[in-house]
Amino acid sequence: MTKPKVAFYWCASCGGCEEAVVDLGEDLLKIVELVDVVFWPVALDFKRADVEALNDGELVAAFINGAVRTSEQEEMVELLRRKSGAVVALGSCAVSGGIPGLANLYEREAILDAVYREATSLVNDEGTLPAEESRVAEGVLSLPAFDASVRTLDQVVDVDYYLPGCPPPVGLIASAVTALVEGTLPDKGAVLAPDRALCSECPRAVTKPDKLLVDAFRRPHEVNIDPELCLLAQGLICMGPATRAGCVAACIGGNMPCTGCMGPTSSVADYGAKALSAIASIISANDEGEIVARIAEIVDPVGTFYRYSLPASLLHHRVATRVEEPVP
Amino acid sequence: MSEARFEPKIVAFFCTWCTYTAADLTGISRLAYAPNVRAIRLMCSGRLDPQFVLAAFRHGADGVLVGGCHPGDCHYQEGNYKAERRIELLRCVLREMGIEDERLRLEWISASEGDKVQRVCNEMTEDLRRLGPLRLARPTRSNVKIGAAEAR
Repeated sequence: MTKPKVAFYWCASCGGCEEAVVDLGEDLLKIVELVDVVFWPVALDFKRADVEALNDGELVAAFINGAVRTSEQEEMVELLRRKSGAVVALGSCAVSGGIPGLANLYEREAILDAVYREATSLVNDEGTLPAEESRVAEGVLSLPAFDASVRTLDQVVDVDYYLPGCPPPVGLIASAVTALVEGTLPDKGAVLAPDRALCSECPRAVTKPDKLLVDAFRRPHEVNIDPELCLLAQGLICMGPATRAGCVAACIGGNMPCTGCMGPTSSVADYGAKALSAIASIISANDEGEIVARIAEIVDPVGTFYRYSLPASLLHHRVATRVEEPVP
Repeated sequence: MSEARFEPKIVAFFCTWCTYTAADLTGISRLAYAPNVRAIRLMCSGRLDPQFVLAAFRHGADGVLVGGCHPGDCHYQEGNYKAERRIELLRCVLREMGIEDERLRLEWISASEGDKVQRVCNEMTEDLRRLGPLRLARPTRSNVKIGAAEAR
């Protein structure tokens, strides 16, 4: 009997999700006993043509990490979608945009200018930008197009399952692969992680005051963090109340607040809005001036509340600089 | 034909105890105000989930108005304080996202202030008319020309 075939692919990502797969360690050998990995650019030397040669739907699953920003990434995920029975969005970037998604705070042109024209380490007197096509003596060179915004995987192709995390917890990856092989995956569209807030599995939950109120927000480098006490009670912005469990509070175990990489529970549409709601409601002040002063202590609100989910948010991208439009 | 005037859409979230009752009074008193405002009744301004505001913007609102009881008057003790904290923080996020302060307005309007509902709705409609429509980007491959992407 031939083993089921799977593929791994990466788009706009850092490689941490690939690392998480490798972190399966010896369990990876058990997985390879169960499935054939037929495409995995970071680890195995198969080419795009090998994927194209597969029959449609021949892969039992494609695990795709990274957000989508270029035409190359779009073509590859569309190809893998055609060849796969199931597509799994692996990691925060594929699920909700992730760190690369914060580029949606800037216009495409501003990003190209900053990277290729304004960076202090550059020598680019002619102000050349990467072009999709360039004519040289030897012929025409082509590059993938750089899209107007960063998109999540499910804004490009149909996604069957979501496995969030930055990177996804190793245990969740292992159980997802096992469920896939055993045919015990839940209904399409499911997030393969517990559907409850992180506070529910946080070892510090017992120290959370009944009425949680914060007099001043502090950043981790400004205080000596008590290793036992609820981080919110210490004035640190911890996303635990708004974030899905499944990571066994790994960051909190390392004495750092949760930054929300697991995304929201199933009852929430826009993670950042829900997270800011939770944080704002525990500000102790009632007076408008004091409220504004407390909020000013929160540095970079979008980067704090939408750190992993700006492309998936209801707003998706910063509103473009206004252009005069003719009256319709 | 005369030049069409931009008519902003405003979604208003009014608490049932004060501002929504005030809006009823506005009507009973026959005080006309801009028809651009669509009022939605909440039990308390503290029920306002910031997601409601973003969803309104995403579904075509040019502005969101929130009305609650004056400080100290909340039927549930402190719902209006929570609303204010959430809205001030949400405003910081909107600012970073290029959405003007005028598009999200919080007002304390008691049940007897029907005239204030009229004034606030008219003012906000005029403010947004000056500002023009809110054009949010959609996740399409080339949303550089935002207007074109929206039209598809």
